[in-house]
Amino acid sequence: MDFDFKEEQQQFADALRRWIDKDYSFEARRKIVHSGAGVSEQAWQTLVDLGMTALPVPEAQGGFNGSAVDMLVVMQELGRGLVVEPYFATVLGAHFLALAGGQEELLEKVAAGGLKLACALNEPHARHALNDIVVRATGSGKDFALSGMKSAVIHGAQAGALIVSARTGGDQHDTDGISLFLVDADTSGLVIKDCRTLDGQRVASITFDHAPATLLGSEGQGWPLLEAGADYGATLLCAEAVGAMDALFAATLEYLKTRKQFGTPIGSFQALQHRMADMFIHLEQARSMAMLAAAKVASPDAEERRRVVSAAKARVGQAATFIGQQAVQLHGGMGVTDELAAAHHFKRLTMIGLTLGDAQHHLERFAAQPGFREAA
Amino acid sequence: MDLNYSAEDEAFRAQVRTFLAENLPADLQEKVRGHLRLAKEDYVRWHKIVAKQGWAAPAWPAEYGGPGWNAVQRHIWEDECARAGTPPILPFGVNMVAPVIMAFGNEAQKAHYLPRILNCDDWWCQGYSEPGSGSDLASLKTTAVRDGEHYIVNGQKTWTTLGQHADMIFCLVRTDPSVRKQEGISFLLIDMKSPGVTVRPIIMLDEEHEVNEVFFDNVKVPVQNLIGQENKGWTYAKYLLGHERTGIAAVGRSKRELLFLKRLALRQQKDGKPLLDDPAFAAKVANIEIELMALEVTVLRTIAQEHQAPGPQASVLKVRGSEIQQMLAELMVEALGPAALPFDPAYLEGESEHAAGGDAEAAPLAAYYFNLRKTSIYGGSNEIQKNIIAQMILGL
Ligand SMILES: Cc1cc2nc3c(=O)[nH]c(=O)nc-3n(C[C@H](O)[C@H](O)[C@H](O)COP(=O)(O)OP(=O)(O)OC[C@H]3O[C@@H](n4cnc5c(N)ncnc54)[C@H](O)[C@@H]3O)c2cc1C
Repeated sequence: MDFDFKEEQQQFADALRRWIDKDYSFEARRKIVHSGAGVSEQAWQTLVDLGMTALPVPEAQGGFNGSAVDMLVVMQELGRGLVVEPYFATVLGAHFLALAGGQEELLEKVAAGGLKLACALNEPHARHALNDIVVRATGSGKDFALSGMKSAVIHGAQAGALIVSARTGGDQHDTDGISLFLVDADTSGLVIKDCRTLDGQRVASITFDHAPATLLGSEGQGWPLLEAGADYGATLLCAEAVGAMDALFAATLEYLKTRKQFGTPIGSFQALQHRMADMFIHLEQARSMAMLAAAKVASPDAEERRRVVSAAKARVGQAATFIGQQAVQLHGGMGVTDELAAAHHFKRLTMIGLTLGDAQHHLERFAAQPGFREAA
Repeated sequence: MDLNYSAEDEAFRAQVRTFLAENLPADLQEKVRGHLRLAKEDYVRWHKIVAKQGWAAPAWPAEYGGPGWNAVQRHIWEDECARAGTPPILPFGVNMVAPVIMAFGNEAQKAHYLPRILNCDDWWCQGYSEPGSGSDLASLKTTAVRDGEHYIVNGQKTWTTLGQHADMIFCLVRTDPSVRKQEGISFLLIDMKSPGVTVRPIIMLDEEHEVNEVFFDNVKVPVQNLIGQENKGWTYAKYLLGHERTGIAAVGRSKRELLFLKRLALRQQKDGKPLLDDPAFAAKVANIEIELMALEVTVLRTIAQEHQAPGPQASVLKVRGSEIQQMLAELMVEALGPAALPFDPAYLEGESEHAAGGDAEAAPLAAYYFNLRKTSIYGGSNEIQKNIIAQMILGL
């Protein structure tokens, strides 16, 4: 067994960290967040130049065929640096395209940095249930038209193309009858409303009115694809969360050593020492689970994949809540200001928790796997 | 033992309810219930409505314009206001500086300030904390040096809640640096329009302008603005801290938020059923509800000891009350799931009629959750409250 990252992986991480330290400072990021676009073309170009868009794409399409472990390294750095560029959405979209097959040209574009993607999987009523779908698709062959509404689409307004889950058959909650589609962002019948989030990202609500769409994979059989893709996305988010928790933990530890009250660093108070120790234990457990998920998400055994990813998303979510809330608390008044990165890490961690299934959702999914009972 | 309200209490409650039904403006109620942000005018408008009725300062003695209510009546009033969703009567004037003026101020100060506080003619803010002095408040450094008929004040206060609107600030200042830190502090009232006072906003994590830094650069303050004796300010500050402490439990507000949460969880769906019917979620809500029931009784038990001076029990109320508020908001966000993501400040500030994310009820809740992390930090952090419980109640 080997828990170390390979040299190339470490190099990716180092390159990202250097760029973030130099050009993506907290202040630079703040400007981007409050700009009209909410993302930075320049930052995107740097990510492209650093090979980040090519990393997850198969070699045949000009990528590096990076594994989920490679992506873990990258996502950790983006989490640490609170990067708000539409990278996660694009990588997840590319993963769906690769899983579905038949979209080689688009993948080449993604690898080269010329195409951003977003994944419209949520519906306003559905909370975390990705199978709860009322968006309708009608058509045949590869050509369909979509009608209905998707919400909380991460970086939906910044993407050139969308991966959309919709219903070609079955009832609202059925896993049968779900299909995945590719929709051009410029197509007719599409209204995309961009909105900020409190963690500096963007989400869109998207209304489809007979919007032209191309079928990905086979009709009505999209659920296994959707689940596998969402598990990959959850794995990326776990890694991002670990990076954010690392940074938040380090900042809090530093604060406890430097902030003085009653004539002594507040880190000398045992109540706070124990709190930090608890945060440390959470962080280590979360890190282990993020690694496990990255190592197993590509498993051909779908049940194992579901089990491990849900375990990771649940455990990381719990750690993120505890570490986020406590880090803010230990910073006192400073913790609830917009001025320190600490609050922003806390907010990002909260939003990661709400994306692609919260801790409770994944606890239940974990317990619902057949193996959970069979092993008894 | 009898845990029921008396017939007189119930009659009083009915009277309060009628007043609120007839006088609480619908637009204010909507803002409060919908977790939207309040403007200065909102607070002032409501305060003046209540003042006209003679109820703006429930805890004040009748001689200063209080309604002459007992502690149970005051509790009922707060409970009903919270239930209806009134804007709060801000504590800085009515509940903080006024009791100190009554107890330690001179006749001229009482005659000038108290009626103005009662009627909300001045907006007050609290100048205690400093960048280097939060939990260790007594280490404060802002100085006031006597110069003839004035004090010259220099230094900085911070976290000054809603100080951007303030006419007056009550400050703890150091008048004698040579003695033990608690002994050289004085209690001074300062006009915010004095030359040399600068207010700078601190933006909170939910992007709200709620607190400020206040700088004093050679600010001349008339000696008439000193409360009580020079260097006795710490005693007055402690008196203030022990005053009317059951309100911090925020039981009434949490009861309203619990109902809001339940309605939200009835609306939100899980597997085609209301989320509130989901056993795991219902258990979380039930846990908070039970905690809140317990806290309400604990508050009532504290109130029943009205004749005793308020003691360290207030720390129990502060810790649990703040945690309940935070847990309720956390569950609201959990109930929303991804619908909590869109953030629309214009809607929160009442500048836009529709929420950008499309869901008016959901729109403010993430910001609300983030904002409420403050409740375990301000007014003496929960760690400090637990130190008080350990030391003052448990004798550890
Ligand atoms: C929203 C908001 C509004 C406020 N409004 C006002 C206002 O209007 N006027 C005003 O004067 N002040 C106000 N405050 C200030 C508030 O009272 C202080 O923030 C609070 O006392 C904590 O001080 P601090 O922020 O300096 O944190 P610190 O004292 O630096 O504390 C940092 C951390 O260390 C912990 N800690 C400190 N000492 C100990 C100890 N001995 N044992 C264990 N743990 C300890 C704290 O609990 C906290 O977790 C406000 C604060 C906030 C956040």
